[in-house]
Amino acid sequence: MSISFTFNGRPLEASAGQSVGAALTSNGFTAWRSTRKGGRPRGLFCGIGVCFDCLVTVDGDANQRACLAEVRDGMVVDGVEPLEGDRT
Amino acid sequence: MTEHVVQVDIFWADVAVVGAGPAGLAAAVAAAEAGASVAVVDSAAQPGGQYWRHRPETVIPDPDGRGHHDWDVYLDLRSRFDAARTRGAITYLPGRSVWMAQKHDDGFTLRTTPTLASPTPVATPTLASPTPVAVRGRRLVLCTGGYDRQLPVPGWDLPGVMAAGGIQAFIKANGSLPGRRFVIAGTGPFLLPVAAGIAEAGGTVVAVLEASAPSAWLPHLRAAVGVPEKALEGAGYAATFARHRIPYRTRSVVTEVLGENRAHAVRTARVDSAGRVRPGSERVYDDVDVVGFGWGFTPQLELPVSLGVATRIDADGSLVGVVDSRQESSVPGLFLAGEVTGVGGAALAVLEGLAAGGAAADGTGAPPSSAILPPKAAARAERHRRFARAMHQAHPVPAAWSEWLTPETTVCRCEEVTAGEITAARSELGAADSRSLKSFTRAGMGWCQGRVCGFAASCLAAGNSHPSEPSLAASAKRPLAAPVSIGELAALNDADY
Ligand SMILES: Cc1cc2nc3c(=O)[nH]c(=O)nc-3n(C[C@H](O)[C@H](O)[C@H](O)COP(=O)(O)OP(=O)(O)OC[C@H]3O[C@@H](n4cnc5c(N)ncnc54)[C@H](O)[C@@H]3O)c2cc1C
Ligand code: FES
Repeated sequence: MSISFTFNGRPLEASAGQSVGAALTSNGFTAWRSTRKGGRPRGLFCGIGVCFDCLVTVDGDANQRACLAEVRDGMVVDGVEPLEGDRT
Repeated sequence: MTEHVVQVDIFWADVAVVGAGPAGLAAAVAAAEAGASVAVVDSAAQPGGQYWRHRPETVIPDPDGRGHHDWDVYLDLRSRFDAARTRGAITYLPGRSVWMAQKHDDGFTLRTTPTLASPTPVATPTLASPTPVAVRGRRLVLCTGGYDRQLPVPGWDLPGVMAAGGIQAFIKANGSLPGRRFVIAGTGPFLLPVAAGIAEAGGTVVAVLEASAPSAWLPHLRAAVGVPEKALEGAGYAATFARHRIPYRTRSVVTEVLGENRAHAVRTARVDSAGRVRPGSERVYDDVDVVGFGWGFTPQLELPVSLGVATRIDADGSLVGVVDSRQESSVPGLFLAGEVTGVGGAALAVLEGLAAGGAAADGTGAPPSSAILPPKAAARAERHRRFARAMHQAHPVPAAWSEWLTPETTVCRCEEVTAGEITAARSELGAADSRSLKSFTRAGMGWCQGRVCGFAASCLAAGNSHPSEPSLAASAKRPLAAPVSIGELAALNDADY
């Protein structure tokens, strides 16, 4: 089943049951956060909620782990816009 | 000032269990079937842990176990778990993480916080309860598992680089792939199911790079034949590798991940048994969008350490909890099972969980059971431990791994501390363990609290590949086992427990 969500205002599709991280990845995004010091891009790393690299804002709640949160119809996801060349 | 009393929902149980992976499920089932009342807290939204992670049951209510090993074992434990829940013997609190554990004269208190701010509404109401939830258990079984152990390498902080287990978890949880073309590198037999899983899901595995060599198993063949199912499993992977033409290169490592804002390629090299690069053996694999690294696993030890259990260094260099034959730790009433007692795989985790659950129920009013594990099962557990020891010895962290770093390589991904800063802290400030390193460089002080860089930073501080027990124990000391809200911290002051 296909559902709709937004990332930084862009309407996107995902399949029900995907994690937010998987939903972003399958739409070609590999990074949605940038580091405090170096401004370096970050996305999924540990995949299981341990590293906190994948933090994203979900329906207004900041610092949610994209690898754990399940994407839902109408969800509003916000993060840092990808840098040049980091989309697939 | 108004009187401010924070209400805390407290669940009481004879036996509290943390974790619903192979070990935690088995422990909960064994304790409940022995007659104890059980409360299970698990960070994840549904049971299974890492090994039996599966698609959300909200979308796929009856997973068929495709891509899983030992699914029949899971289904058996799960049906016993569900039956015990139905008759009220098990209270299951999924989607909540234990951020603090305390010991009292008559048991233990676990303080929990929702893993996610707004979890899926379907599961259980406790998932989203805004009231702080605590669990009181007369006995406690910690089955918190572990996570992929990492070694930094130039470029490992680029998006597209993932933990090998993280790729596996992605596939199991989503039924899709995080990319198209993969290189899997590190050491240990676990790289094989990761690569096979990718190929079976339709991805291309450009190469699997194993730092060790098959000959490293030769001194340990006796231990290996003691567990024939591992040989069968290995034969299955060999067939998958042949079918998908997956190149498997031993004594090979990734020395650098290339790319500007994401991974595009990897530079690899052949290495000697210490992990030193053989000059002239370097090559580049282009057009790679996911690189998976796995150097074994690090057991998740902060809760056991915070409760003061005796620890030791296992054959793989990991800090693990010491237990007796009933899985009881040095803290009376506190039992440990699964990866926290030594990385040994899911089959061993189940056996340890059964032993721990049975032993924990013993004396809580449940009828005493003399033999916790039948002798045959105990012997099987011993064979699995021997196999694990052999595996760890055949797949060590290469002694010279730090030679792959440049001074600019990020070691602590959270606080962005480089290898150069860490070596300077060691040589100029005398930081020789993870704790002094933390205070001089902030390595290990970010969001992940040193879970990802702890082992590597301890190696770099010690100047070798075998960090000391005090250094790893200091790195596992985390005041909060999970991020927690101010309200929940405030409840700590007000609550009786
Ligand atoms: C990402 C990953 C993938 C893996 N995939 C495989 C595989 O495919 N095949 C294989 O043979 N082995 C795999 N392993 C190895 C695996 O750890 C073991 O085989 C097995 O899952 C261990 O069982 P366990 O019960 O000890 O721990 P786990 O299965 O790790 O279960 C631990 C559980 O405890 C929970 N937990 C931890 N801390 C807390 C806390 N503070 N509060 C609440 N809950 C908590 C976790 O969320 C988890 O559900 C994987 C390991 C990792 C890290
Ligand atoms: S990828 Fe590590 S926490 Fe999400």
